[in-house]
Amino acid sequence: MSNELIDFVIVSVALLAIGIYGLSVKRNFIRMLFAVEIVINAANLNLVAFARFLPHSGGQTFALFSIAIAAAEVAVGLALIIVAYRMYKNIDVADFRSLKG
Amino acid sequence: MVDALFLGIAVLTIVSAIAALEMRSLIYGGLALMGTLGGIAGFFILLDSPFVALFQIAVYVGSIAVLILFVIMLVKSELIFQKKEDPKRRYAGIALMLILMICLGAVIFNSGLSSITTEEPPVDYKEIGEDFLIYYWPALIAMALVLAGSITGALILARRQDAVEDEQRTD
Repeated sequence: MSNELIDFVIVSVALLAIGIYGLSVKRNFIRMLFAVEIVINAANLNLVAFARFLPHSGGQTFALFSIAIAAAEVAVGLALIIVAYRMYKNIDVADFRSLKG
Repeated sequence: MVDALFLGIAVLTIVSAIAALEMRSLIYGGLALMGTLGGIAGFFILLDSPFVALFQIAVYVGSIAVLILFVIMLVKSELIFQKKEDPKRRYAGIALMLILMICLGAVIFNSGLSSITTEEPPVDYKEIGEDFLIYYWPALIAMALVLAGSITGALILARRQDAVEDEQRTD
């Protein structure tokens, strides 16, 4: 294998930093969800990269668990977006003053 | 040394991640996010993990990205193109991103990771199956319950409440 472990880890760090930038700057609920997805994918890339270079199957197993749980998280997140949009007619998180119905 | 394929996928992934956050239209942002998720699947194939790559494509690119696109289309069109940002916050965010990249990059370069390569054969996907069914079966069941619970919760949250509102109006 011509690529080294550090190459994958560097890409993962770059994705993590971009995701944290998105979470800290963006106020749009959907864009924040994008940023969360990017961070989760950076973590998965790290898991699979270490699993390949050790080599051990545990990393891939945890990556599969992580992908499945991320699917559940996105489903709930999108449902929350729909509820918030119905209540506030907006998807800007700064406008969500209270979570009461 | 990295090969050209790795570089291509890395550029695709990082550029589309930035585009997903910075594109003016949320729909194009969602499509760019699909590029990022597909690029990660490409990395998984480079890492000799085709099973995880196919799972990534089926779950992320196939369902999550499409779900996100549908939710974007449910939102009013002026909100899709709206981009309200505080410039100060934006510069602080970029500074935070750069500091994080530099600090973590320095830590990684100074660690022993830079010398790790492997010539060993990749993990067989049969081992993953054994992991799931022998060692982690309680976690697998818990994950199934969490998925079922979250999907039910999402449906309950997102269901239309016109009937409840009508009752309140008549009261």
